[in-house]
Amino acid sequence: MTLHDTSLDIRAMDPKKLIAGATGNWEIICGLEVHAQVTSKSKLFSGASTAFGAEPNSHVSLVDAAMPGMLPVINGECVAQAVRTGLGLNAQINHRSTFDRKNYFYPDLPQGYQISQFKSPIVGEGEVIVDVTAAEQIIVRIERLHLEQDAGKSLHDQSPNLSFVDLNRSGVALMEIVSKPDIRSAEEARAYVTKLRTIMRYLGTCDGNMEEGSLRADVNVSVRRPGEPLGTRCEIKNVNSIRFIGQAIEVEARRQIEILEDGGKIDQETRLFDPGRGETRAMRSKEEAHDYRYFPDPDLLPLEFDDAFVEGLRAGLPELPDMKKARFMRDYGLASYDAGVLVAERESADYFEAVADGHDAKTAANWVINELFGRLNKEGKTIATSPVKAEQLGAIVEMISSSEISGKIAKDLFEIVWTEGGDPRQIVADRGMTQVTDSGAIEAAVNAIIEANPDKVAQAIAKPTMLGWFVGQVMKQTGGKANPQAVNDLLKAKLGI
Amino acid sequence: MSVDQATVRKIAHLARIAVSEAEIPHLQNELNSMLHFVEALASVDVEGVEPMTSVMPMALRIRADVVNDGEMAALVTRNAPQSEDHFFLVPKVVE
Amino acid sequence: MTDLTHMTLAEARDALVAKKISARELTSAHIGAVEAARALNAFIVETPEQALAMADAADQRLGNGTHGPLEGIPLGIKDLYCTKDVQTTAGSHILEGFVPTYESTVTSQLWRDGAVMLGKLNLDEFAMGSSNETSHFGAVKSPWRRAGSNAALVPGGSSGGSAAAVAAHLCLGATATDTGGSIRQPAAFTGTVGIKPTYGRCSRWGIVAFASSLDQAGPIARNVRDSAILMRSMAGFDPKDSTSVDRPVPNYEEAIGQSIKGKTIGIPKEYRVDGMSPEIEALWQQGIAWLRDAGAKIVDISLPNTRHALPAYYIVAPAEASSNLARYDGVRYGLREQGRDIVEMYEKTRAAGFGKEVRRRIMIGTYVLSAGYYDAYYLRAQKIRTLIKRDFENAYAAGVDAILTPATPSAAFGIGEKVSADPIEMYLNDVFTVTVNMAGLPGIAVPAGLSSEGLPLGLQLIGRPFDEEGLFSMASVIEQSAPKTSLPQNWWA
Ligand SMILES: [Mg+2]
Ligand SMILES: [Zn+2]
Repeated sequence: MTLHDTSLDIRAMDPKKLIAGATGNWEIICGLEVHAQVTSKSKLFSGASTAFGAEPNSHVSLVDAAMPGMLPVINGECVAQAVRTGLGLNAQINHRSTFDRKNYFYPDLPQGYQISQFKSPIVGEGEVIVDVTAAEQIIVRIERLHLEQDAGKSLHDQSPNLSFVDLNRSGVALMEIVSKPDIRSAEEARAYVTKLRTIMRYLGTCDGNMEEGSLRADVNVSVRRPGEPLGTRCEIKNVNSIRFIGQAIEVEARRQIEILEDGGKIDQETRLFDPGRGETRAMRSKEEAHDYRYFPDPDLLPLEFDDAFVEGLRAGLPELPDMKKARFMRDYGLASYDAGVLVAERESADYFEAVADGHDAKTAANWVINELFGRLNKEGKTIATSPVKAEQLGAIVEMISSSEISGKIAKDLFEIVWTEGGDPRQIVADRGMTQVTDSGAIEAAVNAIIEANPDKVAQAIAKPTMLGWFVGQVMKQTGGKANPQAVNDLLKAKLGI
Repeated sequence: MSVDQATVRKIAHLARIAVSEAEIPHLQNELNSMLHFVEALASVDVEGVEPMTSVMPMALRIRADVVNDGEMAALVTRNAPQSEDHFFLVPKVVE
Repeated sequence: MTDLTHMTLAEARDALVAKKISARELTSAHIGAVEAARALNAFIVETPEQALAMADAADQRLGNGTHGPLEGIPLGIKDLYCTKDVQTTAGSHILEGFVPTYESTVTSQLWRDGAVMLGKLNLDEFAMGSSNETSHFGAVKSPWRRAGSNAALVPGGSSGGSAAAVAAHLCLGATATDTGGSIRQPAAFTGTVGIKPTYGRCSRWGIVAFASSLDQAGPIARNVRDSAILMRSMAGFDPKDSTSVDRPVPNYEEAIGQSIKGKTIGIPKEYRVDGMSPEIEALWQQGIAWLRDAGAKIVDISLPNTRHALPAYYIVAPAEASSNLARYDGVRYGLREQGRDIVEMYEKTRAAGFGKEVRRRIMIGTYVLSAGYYDAYYLRAQKIRTLIKRDFENAYAAGVDAILTPATPSAAFGIGEKVSADPIEMYLNDVFTVTVNMAGLPGIAVPAGLSSEGLPLGLQLIGRPFDEEGLFSMASVIEQSAPKTSLPQNWWA
């Protein structure tokens, strides 16, 4: 699809997004064509499996190998998945769409054409709300979403003069999600693709698995002087990770700026991103300008469905990340950023809700985001494989809220539960980790510290921030079990500050 | 409308059919005579006429999402001019 | 039994069930006829061992009463139908040696019903032709000759092998396909009956595609009843073909002999084309008289877009073909010519693998779909198709039950007579038949008499969608009324 129609350029220029060249500032204009593999058991037009990692040409039917006389029959689940995704993108669902043939020769394209939707896609315009940072939210408009077949795979490193063709992926359903050129930086592009991935994972329409190629993007990049008309774009094909999408945009923008600042002009061309060398290069197989000779596939009829079909799918949709985030902010009083972090994966949002159930939500959010996510990240684990289950963390949060344990004890307790498992309440009871709230015991410790440090007392009276030192000493003396608030209050009273 | 020799070469390449220089004038004549033959269609009034998309009026049937095909790499590659370990082999492709 | 090859399919079927003959005897007689008739070049591949094995199995089922409606009937299969473990070439060098691992839906239904395969029949390459001269495996000779001449004639095309084999009594019936007239024109040229059913009536699965929106399978047989019997087994819903229509298959044979009293037959004035020979005109008038005599009402009708059908066909068919034939690229099956790189491999393979006519059509199809021309050619042609279909719909809405036209503008011509000329002269053979494909309607060609040179001439009946039964009953009226003709001396064996 062609992007970068000037009339589509609705975003106001943002000076913070500009990048500096040798002769002044430049604005990046970027649109993405994301190819997302549809989650389905069988292929778009055949009954062969879509499972990853099979023996060469084993997940291939006669249809996928384009044997003479073979015909496509569409998989209804792929249609439903495309509609669900369209609903998740707040997009227009087209009740009539058509399949076209895109004709070109390539060894991993067995039919000599790709069945795609050129003229009438199944999903029309929509939009995605993207949190770029804790402070910045943008809207990326969706041009369209269409269904199409994936191609096979050619391996080029098996022999010096031959390529090896495996058609296992041939015919797997893809959703091509085309954005309008609303993206202005690599960071925005990463955040946009991350958000798309989140939405599709919530919907269960694409697993978003980058390693298995479930999500790839063609990146359209151009640069211009602020306020000037759009520049010539280049399309960087098939970038296969969110990180690389960001890198590709950065290096391609730099390349274009250098050329323009040297007085050159940009050739509209298709390029490849080489992550090893951190650069883009023109595809070697440039050949003639593409002429895909699109026409409606005469082996298929127009795809038509009614409102009831769409409404049935809508009714079955889960709560989507934007709705969930709003609810977390409203019902749990969470900050936008924290809510956003929690809803990024459905599993973490569910985990959080289980932890927060009946307990203090903000403490729960803190513990999930800081302690749990931090630890999971460090150890390469996920929510699903977390040694600390939601009920366990919930118990810890409850004991914190009810002042049974202090924050410091809670961290020790979390460590114990992480490594040894067990019921946190039982552990606290067995190991005497209960917070000391008995004011007599705290008072004794406070008195002892004050008596032993008259010089510090004088300093604290002059400079109340010294209070922290006294708190620390009391906590040390009580083995961390004293209630910090009680210590604080008592010290203030005794020292008269 | 008529085609020139450059167009003949371009079309042959798009269709991936090798043509020798000697064949080009002849192909050009044939193409032009075909285009001449269909020329009259240009004057047919097709204003507001829908193009035919399905010969018989019917809805596209959809199949259930079940795996019931494939798992026959040996059969799929049986007629291959060149294959190895159930891969199809082709002259090296550069990207 | 003097000659088992001179029974009709219906007679043979009844004799088999009555155990007057065995499938093995019947099949052996036909294998003998096929072997003796190699001068006709009707078969690309003969499968006598398979035929005998199938015949023996048929005899078993006939013996134990589990036989199907075609049990033990020897048939020829157009080599456009993929047949499991038997080479399938589409008449092309590019598929020479290709052995499918699968069986087309239509042929599998024939074997399900007990039929016996004698071999694969010659055809124009990828079904592109009207004379069977574009086959990589050589031209098919018609068993017919002009009175007093030894000149070899074409059997018509693209189902020329099917028509010649049926006419020459090499098989009791044959499968064929029709994209612009490829069943009806060869049937008319050889004095046989050929029906192209409604688009969607027969599955296209496993039949090498030429132009997907026009292709339909159908039978060629020696009389209307035999073609009705074959049609019943070939037709049917196939979930593997998205354009297959899900409706029950009637017992077409029951339509034979049904009265056509009160039926309305339309005579389209636009089929009276320039330069049509007086004997074709006379044949047409004769057909009208026969139907009227049988009680049909004859009305003049107009199908104003008829003259656009042939040019529009020569846009739509090559366009679809250019895409359908892209899969013949030397990668997964068929011919491969070595090249320095992948592009050269493609270009050399396709230049060597496709014959002249196929290359010509791929070129024109590629051109009309290419950037900047799609709207002017392909899109416009598909709109004109809507107009052509509308013409028929209007006629049917006005009460017409079927339309009678000549099947071809002339009788068969000599081999080589038209090959050197402008290809368009050859294309004009389809002028009466393509409209039917463009509108997806059923059409039947039935022999109606002989030309002044003693060659068969046929009439065509065009029906309402899915009214093949109506066509069979009206065609059998013509068949009964027409003078009995017989093949010239068996010169080929
Ligand atoms: Mg794209
Ligand atoms: Zn795509």
